[in-house]
Amino acid sequence: MDMASNIEKIKEKLAVLSPIFLDIRDDTSRHHGHAGHSGGAETHLHAVIVSASFEGKNRLARQRMVMELLKPLWTESNLHALSLETKAPAE
Amino acid sequence: MTNPVFDRIKKDLSENDVVLYMKGTPVFPQCGFSAAVVQILSILQVPFKGVDVLPDAEIRQGIKDFTNWPTIPQLYVKEEFVGGCDIIREMYESGELQALLKEKSISFRDQSAA
Repeated sequence: MDMASNIEKIKEKLAVLSPIFLDIRDDTSRHHGHAGHSGGAETHLHAVIVSASFEGKNRLARQRMVMELLKPLWTESNLHALSLETKAPAE
Repeated sequence: MTNPVFDRIKKDLSENDVVLYMKGTPVFPQCGFSAAVVQILSILQVPFKGVDVLPDAEIRQGIKDFTNWPTIPQLYVKEEFVGGCDIIREMYESGELQALLKEKSISFRDQSAA
């Protein structure tokens, strides 16, 4: 595993969406000890993404765009949960 | 080529109008995101089948591959993937989930109409 944190990796992969706002919050400490929690840092994250690429797309389509970009992380990192708020600039 | 795990998933989806793939059971969810979706379905009094993926590694991976979605929970209505926790929560708050259930003829308790 390389040294970049999950948050850094996500920011890097989402750069292609040219987000005008991107904030990733670390919720890991709220999930310690539950089933499936493997331990480690930055396993449970929450991202707020504002991008013009979401214009005219419904929630599922927007989340699919993000999930597709982040696909490798689910196997290559210890990322366990990512909740998303996806907005177009006008929203 | 048939995939036995996909066949199991398809069978569950065809036999139940509303299916939630989750961690833990509806009575005892093992994950906050699964619990949140169970809570919404309970408020709306939607009958659903909960499938606990934790004791079943095949289903746990299989459901992610089936719909190309990397996380659990996953909610299906009439064999169609609706979304994970964030989407269900947003749809419930905006009334879109209720509209979807109505459109799909799923019985639920519409509090706004009461």
